[in-house]
Amino acid sequence: MQIAVVDYGMGNLRSVVKAIEHVAPNDAHVVLTDAPEVILESDRVVFPGQGAAAQCMQALHERRLTPALREAARTRPFLGICMGMQVLLERSEENEGVDLLGWFPGQVRRFQPTDHRLKVPQMGWNQMHQTQDHPLFDGIRQDARFYFVHSYYCEPAEPAHQVATAEYGLSYCAALADEYVFAIQAHPEKSAEDGLRLLANFTRWKGPWS
Amino acid sequence: MGLAKRIIPCLDVAEGRVVKGVQFEGLRDAGDPVEAARRYNQAGADELTFLDISASHEGRETMQHVVEAVAAEVFIPLTVGGGIRTLADVRRLLHAGADKVSINTAAVHHPERIKEMADAVGSQCIVVAIDARRVSGEDEPARWEIFTHGGRNPTGLDAIRWAEYMAELGAGELLVTSMDRDGMQQGFDLELTRAISDAVPIPVIASGGVGNLDHLVEGILEGHADAVLAASIFHFGTYQISEAKQCMADAGIEVRT
Repeated sequence: MQIAVVDYGMGNLRSVVKAIEHVAPNDAHVVLTDAPEVILESDRVVFPGQGAAAQCMQALHERRLTPALREAARTRPFLGICMGMQVLLERSEENEGVDLLGWFPGQVRRFQPTDHRLKVPQMGWNQMHQTQDHPLFDGIRQDARFYFVHSYYCEPAEPAHQVATAEYGLSYCAALADEYVFAIQAHPEKSAEDGLRLLANFTRWKGPWS
Repeated sequence: MGLAKRIIPCLDVAEGRVVKGVQFEGLRDAGDPVEAARRYNQAGADELTFLDISASHEGRETMQHVVEAVAAEVFIPLTVGGGIRTLADVRRLLHAGADKVSINTAAVHHPERIKEMADAVGSQCIVVAIDARRVSGEDEPARWEIFTHGGRNPTGLDAIRWAEYMAELGAGELLVTSMDRDGMQQGFDLELTRAISDAVPIPVIASGGVGNLDHLVEGILEGHADAVLAASIFHFGTYQISEAKQCMADAGIEVRT
């Protein structure tokens, strides 16, 4: 079984790879790649990302990755992490407005807490409130804490896509899903046991979810 | 419901070994940073910070391997500080598996590098360490200045304005250490911590002077810190991380348990 971790130059992916290797079945082979053909020959795809939305979109276009990612996300388990969740929506407020991949209707907005004690970026362990059952949450208790680092948050237009929320001055979407895509704002690779459990679930999940 | 305040143990590492060792029951090798990191993870630490105090170039090379080894089996955020001067240093440590790097002296001498680093790797990876001493007299309004070289060298920079400047340049977090309190076990300089935390939009980690668990609580409630960093009270087994979290929770602070 091959798991592709998409490396498009946006951030350090060593932790992601190490965490997946730590929990994946013995026959799993984790490859770090920016090649469309390698993504399409893999059984599962992990799509991480950090940094600015505009840079991420530019990096994806330069590497001509979007058709392969779209195809993979329709046909096999696909895990978006952090910026790898946000770019799945239609448009972000970041960088004076950026068009995103648009796989999920909705927007990405900046945190603007009225309570000045709430810092931006949000950095630390917040509670993942599961709003729908999903196989990736198996064995993870309701409101378990995950590690988040972000200044912008997803606002999907279709409530059916939202599978978890978190609170930071407002309630926002912390994970979304469709048939083969599961995308999470937190960093499971940095979220200790619960994060590892979610990654382990992903390496065994066959999809589709409905 | 919401974001938890963090407890961050800080380990001093020299030439690849934990300095002075860490006391855990049944620990095989008190100087092994990987084993210390694993135990702190199990104990419920929210993040880890490694401060490289190596004197040699070889020691710094070794730190990279320490980070690689820790990142391969401890899956909580890891910050590395000490002697990081250039974007190349930053990339090397992030590539080894660090999540954040903490920049100290280089920020004072070359503030423009903070912007360069934040632009290149993202603000969320860049922590700026602010080492400050109170320079105002008894009857004057409080004023703090940035010091370098372990608190020995004054820079003339006002600590609050410096903190604001670092945030503007793209720092994602500030690690605020009172050099007056560091090692004294008398508690944080709460006025300093609060003045900085209230002045910047980014998270602040309080550091320097923790001697008991009430000091951690004060750092959050009175210092307005988003996280508290401590070394000796955890390393010497005086308190467990779980006791610290209980104490904070009893004071009404949201923690990860």
